[in-house]
Amino acid sequence: MAAEGQTIDALSQFELTPVLGKVGASVGFTQSAAHMLLAAVLITALVMYGMSKRAVVPGRLQALTESAYEFVQNLVVGQVGEEGKRFFPFVFTLFMFVLFGNMLGMLPYAFTYTSHIAVTFTLAAIVFVLITVVALVLHGKKFFGYFFPEGAPIWLAPIIIPVEIVSYLSRPISLSIRLFANMVAGHVMLKVFATFVVLLGGLGAIGPFVAALPLAVNIALVGFELLVAFLQAYVFAILTSIYLHDAVHLH
Amino acid sequence: MPENDAFEERLRQARERHGVDPKPASQGQLPQGGTWGVGFRAGVEVVSALIAGVLLGWLLDRLLGTWPWLFFLFFVFGGVAGVLNVYRLFKPRRLLK
Repeated sequence: MAAEGQTIDALSQFELTPVLGKVGASVGFTQSAAHMLLAAVLITALVMYGMSKRAVVPGRLQALTESAYEFVQNLVVGQVGEEGKRFFPFVFTLFMFVLFGNMLGMLPYAFTYTSHIAVTFTLAAIVFVLITVVALVLHGKKFFGYFFPEGAPIWLAPIIIPVEIVSYLSRPISLSIRLFANMVAGHVMLKVFATFVVLLGGLGAIGPFVAALPLAVNIALVGFELLVAFLQAYVFAILTSIYLHDAVHLH
Repeated sequence: MPENDAFEERLRQARERHGVDPKPASQGQLPQGGTWGVGFRAGVEVVSALIAGVLLGWLLDRLLGTWPWLFFLFFVFGGVAGVLNVYRLFKPRRLLK
């Protein structure tokens, strides 16, 4: 689709189009929202079905569900500590939602909702509000001591406090930019090399041979993107846990 | 069996490099994604701190009507916070107080 007019059109894959006909168009139900809904349904189905049998020797889906559960639990308990267990449902939901978003985006014709900063920033903003509320509830006014380390000379306060506040506020931004930029970069690269295949393939007799090169690159890229898709979901979850650790223990 | 040991070691390193294993002991260390990954993360930290600083300065300016002075001031604070973020990225969290 990208080779029409002999140009590389790598960004049109991120455009939002309404689905579900007139109803979808009038409420702004786009393919992005449809994929989010699909991810939520898939995650729920996976956990519900995986846990329905409760076999001692797990089947495939039960093993998958259990390993996902244990993976996130180890992550949360390892980072936050034992008292972090109450945040497990939150981090698990977040991790699975991001993971499924990234992985669904690797399927042909699918849309990657994590490639939109509106989505990733919303997720990061939820994390940010949660860690701030948790820190305020647990520590009250002592939370504001976070912005000025003990033992620093008092005349440095006009510099340290704004810098610490800006650093604190940059957390949701870096969290969202990291995920969004990784997904966009990966999908743009895939599309660019896929376009090369089409363009070079049309070069007459030598076309198919030259086109094999970008095709090989693209195959490697797909594997790499699957790695990135998992890694970014992991990074999102582990950073959330680190921030929760800061909120619970306040250094 | 030396070959087997070498393989186990390589497997462990590869798993570590790709973040397949959750690291139980290390506190707050992110999976290392090679030089590119480290550079990208540092870049994201600086850029996001700058965005946060500029946004905060701009909002305060709008509230107080002091455009553009707080904007400039918080631009600098954003840069400093970005350097601080990168510093924290590479500093072991245990030492952080």
